[in-house]
Amino acid sequence: MPLKLEIVTSEARVFPTKDADGKLGSGMVDSVLLPGSDGELGVLPMHAPLVTTLQPGELRFSIGGKSTDLAVGEGLVEITQEGVRVLTDMAVDADAIDEKAVEEALERAKKSLAELKPGEQQEEVAAVMAMIQRSTAQLHLKRKRRTV
Amino acid sequence: MPSTRDIRRRIKSVKNTAQITKAMQLVAAAKMKKAQDQAANGRAYAELMNKVLVSLRENAEEGVHPFFNEGTGNKTLVLLIASDKGLCGALNTNLFKALINKQIPGEVEYITIGKKAVQAINRLRRTLVADFPIKDPARFPDVRVVGKFIQDKFRTGEYKQVLVCFNNFINTVTISPTIEKLLPVNPVTLGGKRDWVGVGDGSAPAEAKVDRLYTFEPNAAAVFDSVLPQYVNDTVYQMVLESRASEHSSRMVAMKNATDNAKQMIKDLSLEYNKLRQAAITNELLEITTAKMALE
Repeated sequence: MPLKLEIVTSEARVFPTKDADGKLGSGMVDSVLLPGSDGELGVLPMHAPLVTTLQPGELRFSIGGKSTDLAVGEGLVEITQEGVRVLTDMAVDADAIDEKAVEEALERAKKSLAELKPGEQQEEVAAVMAMIQRSTAQLHLKRKRRTV
Repeated sequence: MPSTRDIRRRIKSVKNTAQITKAMQLVAAAKMKKAQDQAANGRAYAELMNKVLVSLRENAEEGVHPFFNEGTGNKTLVLLIASDKGLCGALNTNLFKALINKQIPGEVEYITIGKKAVQAINRLRRTLVADFPIKDPARFPDVRVVGKFIQDKFRTGEYKQVLVCFNNFINTVTISPTIEKLLPVNPVTLGGKRDWVGVGDGSAPAEAKVDRLYTFEPNAAAVFDSVLPQYVNDTVYQMVLESRASEHSSRMVAMKNATDNAKQMIKDLSLEYNKLRQAAITNELLEITTAKMALE
């Protein structure tokens, strides 16, 4: 029995993707590996119901032996026996990551973090920190794939 | 009887009006496309988030997070989201009507987004606690401030519930004024459809009623602490987006109607003008012929 995976970001539905006719795919996968708050979490069908927060990192799911890597941001994960629902602020396919652009974004974020005074604008600091974590997660994924 | 000159003047003025409404229609159409896309993109996320949290609410232990339960006070906080500008048909009027028709028991306080909302609350002599101006297109950091304010208010425990009154965007011609309960966490309708029917009305699908004992990692309080504030902000943001999409669509339709009406008016006036002109020419001809006949 396969798992039903749903990945949604605040901008769009990332998985299951729509096919050429605009019909939503079934979203069935064999396994999911994701970065939970207490470390990496491998999910197979019939997993015990679990709710955790998602940390910026890599999410991998496999369909019929073929696996796909995504860089994900912070979010929420709900695991039931039938499926996995991932809600996050970012989910990018490894192939879609533009390394140069991400590096630049990381630079910018670090620069603006240095300009912000900690304690004064907590919300901005948190937003920039999240940006840095997201960019780092993307870079990690991209670089790891190249060395393999 | 109006003279040909009067009619000519009126035609000119109607033409000018038509030109303006046509321009406004085009501007609204461009903004509408953007606003609709923005609203549609965020919808899946907001819906799924709502669905997950509502199902968690059933399983959560009593008192694990204040956002799952009604406050101890008797007051109700209402967030009213309307437009900044007018000329968008009956959009705001319908929204305010829906709000007035909904009898909310107990003391009610209001937060507003949009100039029209402030005006309405003042006119109705209701209690206004805060007004947030939000630019167009709506940006998330602006809306986050509103979400934060609502959370702080709700945490005091003075409020039993937080309602949001906004225009739900269904499609360009259908917009439904909606009042939804934001806090305590509840199923909400976005984009005109409630993707999952909640516990409260007893119509939850059978599979959702299955009691699942979730494990929380690291623990329930930590998960809810990080997720619920985010949820409130995201949901308010999505509701603002729905309102904006409704506003621009409504304005586009209103302006299209105005342009069509103006064109029809020009047509009618031109007909009248031509008739008058014909009559005048016929009259002149008659006079000339009679004068000539009298001379012979």
